[in-house]
Amino acid sequence: MRARRNLVTTAGLLGAAAVLLAGCAQDPAETPGKGAPAGGKGQTTLTVGVFGAFGLQEAGLYDEYMAQNPGIRIEQTSIERNENYYPQLLTHLGTGSGLADIQAVEVNNIAEITSTQADKLVDLGKAPGVDKASYLPWKWAQGTASAAKGGATVGLGTDIGPQGICYRKDLFEAAGLPGDRAAVGALWAGDWNKYLEAGKAYKAKAGEGKAFVDSASGVMAAVTGSSAQRFYDEQGKVVYKTNPAVRGAFDLAASFATEGLSAKLQQFTPAWDQGFANGTFATVSCPAWMLGYIQDKAGPAGKDKWDVAPAPKPSNWGGSFLVVPKAGKHAEEAAKLAAWLTAPAQQAKLFEKRGSFPSASAAYKLPTVSGAQHAYFGGAPIGEIFAKAAEGIPVTVVGPKDLVIAQNLADIGMLQVDQKGRSPQEGWEAAVKAINNALDQ
Amino acid sequence: MRGDEGDGRGQVWRSRRYRWDLRWSPYAFVAPFFLFFAAFGLFPLLYTGWAALHQVELTDPDSMTWVGLRNFTRLWDDEFFWNALRNTVTIGLLSTVPQLAIALGLAHLLNYKLRGSAFFRVAVLTPYATSVAAATLVFVLLFGRDYGMVNWALSTVGFDAVDWQNGTFASQLAVSTIVIWRWTGYNALIYLAAMQAVPGELYESAALDGASRLQQFIHVTVPSLRPTIFFTCVVSTIGATQLFGEPLLFNGGAGATGGSDHQFQTLGLYLYEQGWVNLHLGRASAIAWAMFLILLVIAGAARLLRGREASR
Repeated sequence: MRARRNLVTTAGLLGAAAVLLAGCAQDPAETPGKGAPAGGKGQTTLTVGVFGAFGLQEAGLYDEYMAQNPGIRIEQTSIERNENYYPQLLTHLGTGSGLADIQAVEVNNIAEITSTQADKLVDLGKAPGVDKASYLPWKWAQGTASAAKGGATVGLGTDIGPQGICYRKDLFEAAGLPGDRAAVGALWAGDWNKYLEAGKAYKAKAGEGKAFVDSASGVMAAVTGSSAQRFYDEQGKVVYKTNPAVRGAFDLAASFATEGLSAKLQQFTPAWDQGFANGTFATVSCPAWMLGYIQDKAGPAGKDKWDVAPAPKPSNWGGSFLVVPKAGKHAEEAAKLAAWLTAPAQQAKLFEKRGSFPSASAAYKLPTVSGAQHAYFGGAPIGEIFAKAAEGIPVTVVGPKDLVIAQNLADIGMLQVDQKGRSPQEGWEAAVKAINNALDQ
Repeated sequence: MRGDEGDGRGQVWRSRRYRWDLRWSPYAFVAPFFLFFAAFGLFPLLYTGWAALHQVELTDPDSMTWVGLRNFTRLWDDEFFWNALRNTVTIGLLSTVPQLAIALGLAHLLNYKLRGSAFFRVAVLTPYATSVAAATLVFVLLFGRDYGMVNWALSTVGFDAVDWQNGTFASQLAVSTIVIWRWTGYNALIYLAAMQAVPGELYESAALDGASRLQQFIHVTVPSLRPTIFFTCVVSTIGATQLFGEPLLFNGGAGATGGSDHQFQTLGLYLYEQGWVNLHLGRASAIAWAMFLILLVIAGAARLLRGREASR
């Protein structure tokens, strides 16, 4: 909320400033953008709108680009939470004003963007320097509108979220399970049900007050992330209700709750953070971007206790895209920048500095990715683990309301089972009811 | 002659200008408010009213389909709407009643002659000056299930830990606590200001009649404060109907659902969920108007009540 209010204020101030500067500009055609030195050589200011700590700026990519292109200045505006960022992006696209030259889009929103906003965005597939072959095919497909909508690639993939299982080596060993990451991965390789079995084995020895997973909804996100078809079919019809993959994931995750293997936490809440610090749970399905979060929350005390093993099946959770609105003043320059920011070399840098895993598979061969190890996680070869997961992720069908469906399944359905002790059937029905209302059915 | 004539004309002009000035300047001075009100108050009001009669999505606000009153009529069968309305009423009562009672008591205490009264008066107002976000985040930690201080305190006196976020009553109580904490001092200062306007003779004669401090409070202070109490009730009711920030942030990461069972989803949150999460601009506008109408009904009821009291 605070972020949103700040943005409104900032937008207001920027708007006022833009009006003033436009009035003062000597030659608007020659010196576009604000901050142009009066009478001097034209300098173009490109704005990038992102949510959260996106990392492009933090990894020094803007500085590098500005050094290579003296005529370009890059400014970033960030809104903390995507729930606040995304509706604003939609309204700005609708009115064609208030847009940054480049806007970030979260993977759960990309289908809605490609299916409803493609005509307002630049086709980046044709931008100079963009090579389709260097991206993972499923990521490229997600950023591309259907043939019926023009077939333009409006979103260039940045990072993705291939998942592993982060686990507490010390807790595993104390419960008589193996501690070595290869042996741990072998415990459940190929089947999410084996993950449940491992949990039961853990619980039998670990005793009261020690949970196997942080939350049932985390398990559900991981399991649904490994199936090609989830909430929509290829024709764009909502099928989550009848799709056995979704119901199967829901029921499997719910059994973590009913078997007492879950710490009954809600992810990304203060209590969840405290759970990391206190070692309340032994495992968590972790996309590559979560490693830094765990390190942050578990603190120095957790060093060499946490490790990461491959997940039962390759699965994706999260990731983002960059889009360039046509309404921007410098669409051409912006497309060039977007292409550069998402090129394999830059994605590898982003991974090195920020841990965001590249969606450009060409980057996996670069030594910074292939040889990457995570010191906090016992020197785990994360480049290898996550690259293998990334290449095994199926081409997922994404739909416009994926986020709403996933959110209600997790925050209504699974949370009722996990925290309120409702039966899985009751949780499912509550989620379906909420989703029906949300989808206006 | 000419000079005189010119002078006369000048005089006429001056006095006319003076009259115009007197007559129109005030309008010019208040005009900015009305311009801003028209832009940021009236226009959104009319626009949401218009949008409420259409099926319109936030993804494409330009294409509107006329549906008449359907967005309103469907609210009758919308269990989420009724749930939110019920929650708004219970949280409203849970927060407003204790809040005003405590404020009245606090004001009474502050009204005594006491050392450092200015300090205490400022101190009761500090929660009001705290941002909702900051306050709520602290309360979320206090009301944590596993490591919260409230549960820790309960356990030291032998009670079981309460799951403050998941219980229906528990969560509503927790949200109300935040509201009470934030607004009590504000209301206390309003009461205090009104109390200081109560003539001292009333207390003196009451004291002569042998009334205790408590009796003075009940029989002198409270009746004299009746209009002020009515005012704070109205303001708190409006605030309670629009309750939004506290329940939104109390829900950690889950956004506008108001808990897994919608157990503390208020009307404000439901409006936000429909508009900004599910992106149904038309339905959200209908909820906004329904909230407005509910407030009008409450205001009408309060007026009736006041009227009857006045004629008594």
